[in-house]
Amino acid sequence: MNDIAIKVENLSKRYRIGLQEEMHDTLVGAMVDWLKRPAHNFRRLRRLTQFDDNVPVAGDQPSVLAPSSSEAPDIIWALKDVSFEVKRGEVVGIIGRNGAGKSTLLKILSRITHPTSGRIEIDGRVSSLLEVGTGFHPELTGRENIYLNGTILGMTRAEIDRKFDEIVDFSGVEKFIDTPVKFYSSGMGVRLAFSVAAHLEPEILLVDEVLAVGDAEFQKKCLGKMDEVAGEGRTVLFVSHNMATIRQLCETAILFDEGGVEMKGGVDCCIEKYLETSEQRFGTILQHGVKHTDDISISNFQVNNQPNDEISLADTDTELIVDVWGYAHHPVILCQEARIVNLFGENIAVYSPGHMYGLPLPYPIGDFHIHSIIKLPRLTKGRYFISFFLTHPSVKGYWDFPNGLMLEVEGVLTKTGNAFESQRGVGYFVLDGETQYDQ
Amino acid sequence: MMDAEITHSRQKELYSPNFTVIEPETGWQLINWRELWRYRDLFFFLVWRDVKTRYAQSILGVGWAVIQPLFTMVVFTIVFGNLAKVDSEGLPYAIFSYTALVPWTYFSGSLSSSSSSLLSARGMISKVYYPRLVIPVAPVLSKLIDFGIALLILFGLMLWFRVSPTIWALSLPLLILIMMLTATGMGMWLTALAIQYRDINYATGFFVTLFMYASPVVYAASSVPEQYRTWYALNPMAGVIEGFRSALLGSNPMPWEMIGIGAGVSLLLFVSGALYFRRMERIFADVV
Repeated sequence: MNDIAIKVENLSKRYRIGLQEEMHDTLVGAMVDWLKRPAHNFRRLRRLTQFDDNVPVAGDQPSVLAPSSSEAPDIIWALKDVSFEVKRGEVVGIIGRNGAGKSTLLKILSRITHPTSGRIEIDGRVSSLLEVGTGFHPELTGRENIYLNGTILGMTRAEIDRKFDEIVDFSGVEKFIDTPVKFYSSGMGVRLAFSVAAHLEPEILLVDEVLAVGDAEFQKKCLGKMDEVAGEGRTVLFVSHNMATIRQLCETAILFDEGGVEMKGGVDCCIEKYLETSEQRFGTILQHGVKHTDDISISNFQVNNQPNDEISLADTDTELIVDVWGYAHHPVILCQEARIVNLFGENIAVYSPGHMYGLPLPYPIGDFHIHSIIKLPRLTKGRYFISFFLTHPSVKGYWDFPNGLMLEVEGVLTKTGNAFESQRGVGYFVLDGETQYDQ
Repeated sequence: MMDAEITHSRQKELYSPNFTVIEPETGWQLINWRELWRYRDLFFFLVWRDVKTRYAQSILGVGWAVIQPLFTMVVFTIVFGNLAKVDSEGLPYAIFSYTALVPWTYFSGSLSSSSSSLLSARGMISKVYYPRLVIPVAPVLSKLIDFGIALLILFGLMLWFRVSPTIWALSLPLLILIMMLTATGMGMWLTALAIQYRDINYATGFFVTLFMYASPVVYAASSVPEQYRTWYALNPMAGVIEGFRSALLGSNPMPWEMIGIGAGVSLLLFVSGALYFRRMERIFADVV
């Protein structure tokens, strides 16, 4: 029996982004455009699924799809010529910046989307967990949702019958199992959804950043369960921005950068390399958070009123002015949240006016702009990341931008002219205070 | 050498049921029955969710399945039967139109939910894999419950109006099958188009209303001029509805020619719809 569980060869995936609106500044221009719009729209929508393959390609191998300069500007390669193998029983962390291709890879492996070229061989039953609670219906009871969600995730009815008690037990909502889910608190809903997912028993499990749900206690329980799964000799591919979790769960890792495999190897080497490559992009805003969900679309994200990605910060004891522009597709309650993250992916500080001051604001359908001023603590020398979120506090996350901003902190100089460095283990914050020396 | 390797993995695919090869798909494919069978539990639960949640938190609940065709019948009887005096082939206009409204309500209902099905399931499409084909097919099946209830009321009305069914009532399952094939076929076409071109979504409601007048719902097929009747029969619902009337009310002999043409068209719609759907399937997650 072959010991390779997943074999990926020359995998590429391209998307056509686009559908940007063209603006007209004259009335006549707008009217002419309005008349020509249907034909224009049709071509535009049709282009979404068409790619011009007549681009001259070196040689005649169809799999060589390196983007050439003559390619349309709205084509992006989410994955480019990716090859790797995963052994049976290996627990692999997939790391890389936003847009590096991690999620696209998982989507192709779980057959949600198709590759543009290349080939994958998977030996074993696959379950993928890209979201918790897919298909949950608020009108159905907890019991009914377990069956629905379980079958959506690929379990059979008999399998769910067998594990039903265990699932309910794990979730801790047995009292309400016959109550429609819409009456659940959001925490209960998430716990139930995760319990279903945690009881999948595939040979190969693909997980995308879903452990960051629920309260801390439950997260710990989930991590324990994941550890258990990993220990049972299952093959797991695990995407996360949380290096601490990756380190805890995985022995090997694959580092993605700009759609390609940068490195595959031991988890520590990869994390080190990942943090190193971040250094080369000293640019700071690591990726613009333009994102569309069913609830909101983010159109622009800016820090300190600077349109560029490079943000100059005067010194460590300063403010971060964060502006998010977007559009709400239906009425939502939105609040800014932010976390300061250390090199190991651990959150070390939190900013959440919604929780602290009870400021969640209802936004009607339409454009919104959220403006926050975040006062930074005095940090010790080193590199930090800041993650931004828009949430309905404790209810729902609408937008997240993990490790969106990188901060290079020079630190507070001591009297001797040195700075405390976080990497030397002095901690992350410099405290002020008063001490009297009595003799 | 490359060929040998591929053959080797194809063989492996045969040996081990869980060996999968993912490659860019090209060309046309018909339904993958084996895969559908593997996902039968999901199929069942999706249909069941549809049924269970349709009338959740409504006062009349499943009563809506009765009210819709019944009230339409009342309005049609007043407008078309009494005011416009449409010929109802010697039958009371109420039962004449209700017999047509039972299959029509089912057909139009399942067609509209089938064609909007992919868009409403887009959250699931981008997060989990399962054969996409179950999405447009599930509403066609779940609406059968409403259809069954409306059919029971029809039997009640037949007793009331003292109309007895003919022996051809036994052919109802065949007519229902044609109707389901048509709804599924058109549903697959429209929903796959709608995911890329949202216009389809706006057009469907309007199209279904117009489609009703191209079917013998408010009038009898016999009032269509003889020379156009073959063209008329290209609408599969024409044969189905006339079939319902002939089988249950005995107004005419069974219009087998019409049913035959309609069955052919419905089969064509179904096969072409499945082909188109399967071809577009691979880009669904990219364009939602």
